[in-house]
Amino acid sequence: MSEFHGVWVYSESMDLMLEMLTKAKELAGKLKAETGALVIGHNVKARADQLSGFGADKVYVVDHAALGVFNSETYLSALTALVKEHKPEIILLGSTRKGKELAARLATRLETGCVPDCTNLSLDEQGRLVSERVVYGGSASATHVFQIKPQIACVPARTFEKAASSEKKGEVMDVSVAQFDAPRTETVEVKPLEAGGGKLEEARVVVVGGRGIEKQEDFKLLESLCYALGGQVGYTRPLAEDRKWFKGDWIGLSGIKIKPVLYVGCGVSGVIQHVAGIRDSQVIVAINKDPEAPIFEMADYIVVGDLYEIVPALEAALKKLLAPS
Amino acid sequence: MVRIIVCVKQALDVSQIKVDTASRRLITVDAQKKISDFDKNALEEAVRLKEKLGGEVVTVTIGPEDAKTTVREALAMGADKAYVISDPMFEGGDTMATSYVLAEAVKKIGSFDLVLCGEASVDSFSAQVGPRLADRLSIPVVLYVKKLTLEGDSVTVERNLEDSFETVRVKTPVLLTVTKELNEPRIPSLMSIMKASKKEVVVWNAADLNVAKEKVGEAGSAIRIVSVLAPKVERKKVVIKGETPAETAEKLAKALIQDGVVKQVKV
Repeated sequence: MSEFHGVWVYSESMDLMLEMLTKAKELAGKLKAETGALVIGHNVKARADQLSGFGADKVYVVDHAALGVFNSETYLSALTALVKEHKPEIILLGSTRKGKELAARLATRLETGCVPDCTNLSLDEQGRLVSERVVYGGSASATHVFQIKPQIACVPARTFEKAASSEKKGEVMDVSVAQFDAPRTETVEVKPLEAGGGKLEEARVVVVGGRGIEKQEDFKLLESLCYALGGQVGYTRPLAEDRKWFKGDWIGLSGIKIKPVLYVGCGVSGVIQHVAGIRDSQVIVAINKDPEAPIFEMADYIVVGDLYEIVPALEAALKKLLAPS
Repeated sequence: MVRIIVCVKQALDVSQIKVDTASRRLITVDAQKKISDFDKNALEEAVRLKEKLGGEVVTVTIGPEDAKTTVREALAMGADKAYVISDPMFEGGDTMATSYVLAEAVKKIGSFDLVLCGEASVDSFSAQVGPRLADRLSIPVVLYVKKLTLEGDSVTVERNLEDSFETVRVKTPVLLTVTKELNEPRIPSLMSIMKASKKEVVVWNAADLNVAKEKVGEAGSAIRIVSVLAPKVERKKVVIKGETPAETAEKLAKALIQDGVVKQVKV
């Protein structure tokens, strides 16, 4: 039997913790191992108690004044100490910018591998972790298998369903760490970003404008359709980067990845980097003047036409068909 | 005077990758090799700092020998010297093995104020090698830098961390990974391309770096590739067409209602 045992999850985001816990329970079940959820911070008892009700066998808590504010050095030293002591065989970390730094450096300190941005995780017949992730700007999915342990994988938000609350409470274990590494950076200022608060990622319907939109004020057409459908408006990278109509937060591989029930692309050509961000949408509608637009290759409904005519007509048609009689 | 090492990856131009739809395999033979996009932002920033403060910018690249040609562009953009770390033994290395070789190369190159990397490479986009390299060099690291100011041995950077916007100060030597928002990389003039042909490209192999065989390439990797395949596309691809835009829209609306994806509208 391997000296490594258990499937652990850690993220600074509670939602991500619960999502990863679903996968951790599945993997741990197959490996006949325990699941562990980590809580790192200061005055985090409430968070630990909350987590213990979602099916993790153990909740490891490192609670210390030195961990009051996130710093990669202090948090990394806490994480490394925990992993070295308890030797989990799989560690799932949230694929956020903070999480990916922790993962890469934890893997370096443990002399092991790390796969970021996993879209799926499974086990091979030898019980080794198999990961899938998107590569080559969205044109392919790479499957990797780990050769050594521990196995570290990062999971983006909304990859798995959140774990359901469980009758059986996990055991909350306070763990003390002998020494934390001192921060090596000085934080001058932190401003919270409104960043839509994940609105786009959670929207049931997303209507996206691309380069086919001639003027920024024409987004009114999309907003009007969105209002009717109870959705959110998004845009592609060139509208933010080249035309400077918006700040960041475009939809695509390098921006926000969405998986709404309905995606409506208006004047979106569908370069592979954008497509990588919408691939998991349930139904994709593409409206574009260019019959050769690559987005048509991955659309459920193809409309070759002028978005300026089709979008208002679609809104009118839906209202006509669904209006309470 | 400032001494900056820029990590430059030779990547495939992903926009030129084609897919064999039957097998879902990628056709990469026609895809050109180029400097990975964000590495150019790192290089541009390094050259600007050198132009302002004086000093030296060197690049370091791990890859096959043809990387010698690719890094000419880095020299044309203003790097003074390029190191290409090339050995058949390094092939198939994952980020753990690659960052080990890179760390040994950086140690041999010598002292520096900054190591700059792109936030991730355009082909694999794993964002692993930068932070791994910093840890191996035991220097501080700040990722996703979109603005930086260097004053003496103090670097002030701005970065976006999804939920927050941070301003951070850190002492050199430090490793920073940079985003596309940092700057607009220059397009080298004909004159600078010609000048670059006289600059030195140093090639080192495994023996030059004295690396441990078991820690490099596929043998030194923690993960192994099982497959790289185009994703399955299972879309209906139904063309909706009416005589007028209104008719087209009505057909589309009916299809969406039938699929159950639109159930109600707000008027």
